[in-house]
Amino acid sequence: MSGPRDLSAVQLRDAIAAGDVSAVEAARAYLDAVEALDGKLRAYNEVHADRALARAQEIDRKRSAGEELGLLAGVPIALKDNLCTRFGRTTCSSKILADFRSPYDATAVARLESAGAVILGKTNMDEFAMGSSTENSGFAPTRNPWETSRVPGGSSGGSAAAVAARMCAAAVGSDTGGSIRQPAAFCGVVGLKPTYGRVSRYGLVAYGSSLDQIGPLARDVSDTALLLGVLAGYDPRDSTGVDRPVPDYLGGLDEPVDGLRVGLVKEFHSAAAQPEVRGAVDRAAECLREAGAEIVEVSLPHSRIDVDGDGRLSSYAVACYYIVAMAEASSNLARYDGVHYGHRTPGKAADIIELYSRSRAEGLGEEVKRRIMLGTYALSSGYYEAYYLKALKVRRLIKNDFDEAFTKCDVLLGPAAPETAFKIGEKTGDPLKMYLSDIYTISANLAGIPGISVPAGLSQAGLPLAIQLLGDVFSEQKLLRAARMYETAAGVSRLVPQMAKAS
Amino acid sequence: MSGKIDEKLIRHIGLLSRIELTDEQVATFGRQFADIVAYMDKLQELNTDGVEPLAHALPVDNVFAEDAPGVSLPPEQALANAPQRDGHFYKVPKVIGDSQ
Repeated sequence: MSGPRDLSAVQLRDAIAAGDVSAVEAARAYLDAVEALDGKLRAYNEVHADRALARAQEIDRKRSAGEELGLLAGVPIALKDNLCTRFGRTTCSSKILADFRSPYDATAVARLESAGAVILGKTNMDEFAMGSSTENSGFAPTRNPWETSRVPGGSSGGSAAAVAARMCAAAVGSDTGGSIRQPAAFCGVVGLKPTYGRVSRYGLVAYGSSLDQIGPLARDVSDTALLLGVLAGYDPRDSTGVDRPVPDYLGGLDEPVDGLRVGLVKEFHSAAAQPEVRGAVDRAAECLREAGAEIVEVSLPHSRIDVDGDGRLSSYAVACYYIVAMAEASSNLARYDGVHYGHRTPGKAADIIELYSRSRAEGLGEEVKRRIMLGTYALSSGYYEAYYLKALKVRRLIKNDFDEAFTKCDVLLGPAAPETAFKIGEKTGDPLKMYLSDIYTISANLAGIPGISVPAGLSQAGLPLAIQLLGDVFSEQKLLRAARMYETAAGVSRLVPQMAKAS
Repeated sequence: MSGKIDEKLIRHIGLLSRIELTDEQVATFGRQFADIVAYMDKLQELNTDGVEPLAHALPVDNVFAEDAPGVSLPPEQALANAPQRDGHFYKVPKVIGDSQ
């Protein structure tokens, strides 16, 4: 690997603006890498080579004509396949949407393209973003570039693997319970879930509407800040968007936060996480202390993780999250009915209910069915109060814990995931075990706060380790600066897997 | 707390969810749902008396828009993905009538 793929998104953008690299050269280098590597990784569902090269050509033309270039001019970007694009297909890695062509672009996509980003293609994911390993893709699993017998995490596993293998300069994903941060952790890249309402969800295929948020996956904190600046901003087409000015996330990023108070979450420091993961968190606390931060201990009692005699983990937050997410999913996914768009059963249906039920049975995967049905159960007469309403009350308690914690510190520090990337097939037979991959990430979605997963070096087995920092609502600027402080002090970012080096 | 998760309940949820199930799925989902619901029951340990439910993490106010017509998708585009259509309509089997 050499040339444009060695450069970060910020560096590449600057090199293109200076005329040192052309946008076409950059696009070609990445497309060649996809050609060479994606047969093994299956990170992309669809690659739009011709369109990408034409867009890159247009950037080069603009530059030679002296026209103004956008913040991402010429930077090759990969998009999770649940972001609607007017070009190609938008499948959510589901057979039910295998041939779906969106008539419009998601706001996030439109913002990236108007900033000059060159979109390379759409990335694989767990079907409808339901999963933590990308094994639930309705097409094929994605593999981890660090070790192809392992999962890349999920649900934005294709985006994370593409960034790690240098098959794009950066990528965009979505995070409902950890779907950006956990795969970023498994693949050794940075992943940010912004505050709920920071990035417009218009054109993001809905899973859990009160939890979903779009965010960047990138190779370092600076690239993450660059992308967030482009994605963030109010959009009247998202009624849950928040109209607040977007700060310059990249400017001042390298300045350490004066008097940063880092809260170590007492409840996260348990046997629930692998010893190497706990070690990475301890080292991060030490790094930040040496960089001038004050470390305080804080408590999130309702995000507590218990380990029972059989080594099984349990957490109120996980139970609360899955009830809320499944309930919202059961309602959101009612639209896949075989009538308006998507798969329709080819056989003759006696009536409309049979048409719905058979089309959905044929088009949806097992995990999606499970979540729709569990959500339907939690909302059904007789169970609504015991499950859904109870979960919403516990959600309030979880949120209150964070409000209390942020009176004592600026950011919270803990693991991003309880373990390093697991083997393909290891958890597919036990849905509950899979759900527990999200124990450290889901609370942030319930509380609406931003979280960032940052690489923390490699484990003894050579797999990426990561830490997570959480901030209060709309504190992305401080959160990114704190993450940058850690990244600088630890000096373990921008790790490249062997297969990408060799390509 | 949870009602008994049996075959009848799984079939009922399948119908409510509009998902046709095979016998094998009824059996598998039955086992898995019992596990998952038992896990969800952990929430019953918490006292939530007087706690206001939180449906949305941030305070969201009603958003009012001008009652002015905007540009919407032209019918050709809106129907472009329809599995079956008849002119500007979606085509479906009989909705009311002799179905049980």
